[in-house]
Amino acid sequence: MDQPSASRVNDFALKIATVNGTGSASANGLLLQALFRMGIPVSGKNVFPSNIQGLPTWYEVRVNKDGYTARSPHFHLIVAMNPESYARDIDEVVSGGWVVYDSSKGLDEEFRRDDVTFIGVPLASMCVEHFQGARTRILMKNITYVGALVALLDIDMDVVRGMLEEKFSYKRHLMDANYQAIDLGYNYIKEHYEHPLPIRLEAMNENGDAVMITGNAAAALGCVYAGATVGAWYPITPSTSLMDAFTEYCKRFRVDPETGKNNFMVIQAEDELAAAGMVIGAAWMGARSFTPTSGPGMSLMTEFIGLAYYAEVPSVFFDVQRTGPSTGMPTRTQQGDLMLCAYASHGDTKHILLFPSDPKECFEFAVKAFDLAEHFQTPTFVLLDLDIGMNDWLIPKLKWDDAYVPDRGKVLTAEELEELQKFYRYQDVDGDYIAARTLPGVHPKGAYLTRGSGHDKYGRYTEDSEAYVEVMDRLLKKVESAADHVPAPQVLREDAPASYGIVSLGGCHWAVLEARDDLAARGIQVDYMRVRGFPFNQTVGDFLAEHDRVFVVEQNRDEQLRKLLVNETDCVKEKLVSITYYGGQPLSKGHVLEGLAPHLEKTLMAVGP
Amino acid sequence: MSYITKPVARHPKMPVNALGLTPRDYEGSMSTLCAGCGHDSVTAALIQALFELDVEPRRLAKLSGIGCSSKTPTYFAHDAHGFNSVHGRMPSIAAGANAANKDLLYVGISGDGDSLSIGLGQFCHVIRRNVNMLYVLENNGVYGLTKGQFSASADVGSTSKGGVANRQGPIDSVKLALSLGATFVARSFSGDKAQLVPILKAGMAHTGFAFVDVISPCVTFNDHKGSTKSYAHTREHMHEVIETDFVPLRAEIKTDYAEGSAKAVTMHDGSVVKLRKVDESYDASNRRWVIDFLAEVAAGGEIATGLLYLEESGEDMHGFANTVDAPLVSLPYGTLCPGSAALTELQKEWR
Repeated sequence: MDQPSASRVNDFALKIATVNGTGSASANGLLLQALFRMGIPVSGKNVFPSNIQGLPTWYEVRVNKDGYTARSPHFHLIVAMNPESYARDIDEVVSGGWVVYDSSKGLDEEFRRDDVTFIGVPLASMCVEHFQGARTRILMKNITYVGALVALLDIDMDVVRGMLEEKFSYKRHLMDANYQAIDLGYNYIKEHYEHPLPIRLEAMNENGDAVMITGNAAAALGCVYAGATVGAWYPITPSTSLMDAFTEYCKRFRVDPETGKNNFMVIQAEDELAAAGMVIGAAWMGARSFTPTSGPGMSLMTEFIGLAYYAEVPSVFFDVQRTGPSTGMPTRTQQGDLMLCAYASHGDTKHILLFPSDPKECFEFAVKAFDLAEHFQTPTFVLLDLDIGMNDWLIPKLKWDDAYVPDRGKVLTAEELEELQKFYRYQDVDGDYIAARTLPGVHPKGAYLTRGSGHDKYGRYTEDSEAYVEVMDRLLKKVESAADHVPAPQVLREDAPASYGIVSLGGCHWAVLEARDDLAARGIQVDYMRVRGFPFNQTVGDFLAEHDRVFVVEQNRDEQLRKLLVNETDCVKEKLVSITYYGGQPLSKGHVLEGLAPHLEKTLMAVGP
Repeated sequence: MSYITKPVARHPKMPVNALGLTPRDYEGSMSTLCAGCGHDSVTAALIQALFELDVEPRRLAKLSGIGCSSKTPTYFAHDAHGFNSVHGRMPSIAAGANAANKDLLYVGISGDGDSLSIGLGQFCHVIRRNVNMLYVLENNGVYGLTKGQFSASADVGSTSKGGVANRQGPIDSVKLALSLGATFVARSFSGDKAQLVPILKAGMAHTGFAFVDVISPCVTFNDHKGSTKSYAHTREHMHEVIETDFVPLRAEIKTDYAEGSAKAVTMHDGSVVKLRKVDESYDASNRRWVIDFLAEVAAGGEIATGLLYLEESGEDMHGFANTVDAPLVSLPYGTLCPGSAALTELQKEWR
């Protein structure tokens, strides 16, 4: 177990428990950004209710000098601001840790623990004394606990003040209030407690070229850079901020300077069915179009996804996954839509999927998704999750290659059509399974009827077995040929061959990396492959073949990645051992190690001490 | 929807429009609907309207959902792109397509099942969005392709072929469209081409959502005695409350109207729609008045037809969204991508 009383400079986790709707989010953001600016690797996880006001909400911060940013459930310090959740919050502090609480009304003895240190700060009383108005007092209480943390953790006060100055430079009175609140908390600790605590911070220089952003914002920016002009959506947690960000970036980058008019259109649809239809309609016309959604929206979109697959209309779907079937737990994270997206819609279908692991890949894969969708003329899915999509992540600065040219796929121009004897929509003339398409408005020779009903390779309606099968076989080969075009898996291995491997994807990456290093430090070598796209390319099958046993780490109950691997590679299923976590929190290294433990113990015993 | 190519035969005396095209050039594949189907008459009216308006087939986009009505795009304008989408979802395809390319003429064909049951939600919202398109609802009160179930537009008391009377109240598409703020609302009859063609033309010229409900009898399942959507019933009970004349931009306005009985509405493209009142009191520009009037007519078991309501504001979905004048699909990638310098600048805010 952790020994927090020993000095843990730049290596601890803390948790702030508040009530949602009280403005704590901006205080917590301030805290995270301050640590980031001190050059210390840091991550923040917002654990919030599906509610606007009055329910418990938490913010978890982990600082780690070695750069491990996966969630850590071992909290060395808790800021307990919500009496409703005191019992649970105080229970979560590791032995030897600290609890900062609002001492204005005291703390019931029942919550006391002998093995943790309680630090009472009269936050409410101080704010009542120094600020006017209920709302201001509530807001400033949050800033005051940040002030207390500045002293307790040795946060650089100049950094904090600098940030407040940037944020409120145009609102002098707010800046003054925030300064005052920070000082209240800071000075109270100075006067009453020993500080800083053994868990504390020291400025580092690890974040030189890093930025902090959410996956949803990065994906939205990717859509802007990819040249998407039409976005259609229905609001749904946790994907909403993706379209909010797209709109915001478009207002910045896509308003015609001369006319003040928009080079884009965002349509808020009546439901996800309509949103998918709009994306397909726009793509039919040749626009790059997309929709962000989450599991329940994906369920509704499956009808249209089948149409886009069969009629071969490029379309991009972002599924910011959340927890559970049905409504489930909308504000918790999961990787539960892998199977749904891989084979979405009735009949025979298979789709291209991309699995980003952080906002950097969200940006890059968003652009890639449009290229793949248009190249292969098929729906393409980017699978984020709530943790990647909504939390702030520290990532290397995004780069853009100005030489990038969008891959629009085979689209015939008016000149090319003019020279054609006759155009047939679904004819594969060069053996790559992709038929050229035409866009409306270009040339009468390109006209055809796009349809989801049975059609032959000429694009004509058919109920003929052979004509139907011919098209369906080409579609399968087409999507499978995308395996060599989706981002290749990232493989980490040592020089010596290892008999054990881990396969994982998406946001599990960071916990797996940390667990793998942990094992390596104990002399256990495990190779690791992170799949980044579907259909799986040959590297995936090879990795499975090269290891005696492969642990598949994922965040869903039904072993969906494992099933996809069994389904889509030659690997025997007995070789693949599942390690699943599906409780809704981001994965932590403990989940991985606990899952591996029973298997690895046997190994260690087999090879001897 | 079998695919039968229509033989090309040109009559030397066939009329030619300003583009040098004949009505034949606006035809599609041979219809596979039942002989005598109202829908085929609507198709013929559409062909005539497109021909008379000199629409370049390349500039036309045809859309539909699923059902007998939705086969229609196959039967006209073979040189135009079409999209036979999924059941009840054509409006969203049309909205997305129009968002991307506002320069095309969008003609959507739907039916009462497609628009008023499975697609009722999308139908309502495409009206609210005021997507610039002509939306034709071929209304026969019955599900044809699945062999004769009542649709949501079937009147109370109207009987099925087997003699069963419908008990559930109908959804009146015209009433619905008016209540949702549609800017162009018409009702016509597939058997009255003289009325239908100018309405379709006016609908194509209208900026915004032009809704035309066409009573289009199903000869196989709903053309019997007892049906209120039969040829006989419609002929007997329809009242043209307003006559529509469409005058394209370039044509000279010749028709004389009696003083006070006609009203000219200039469309956004400069063409003129002349509305001649059959009923002296009729006011096609007053939504509330029209709603009340239609309720009164319907209460008497009668069917009011004509271009019932028209509001030419010139603002559609693109106006609401303040998009650029050029279609979004025509914007070069260079104007869409902010580039690396902007990315560097933006990321300073992410520190």
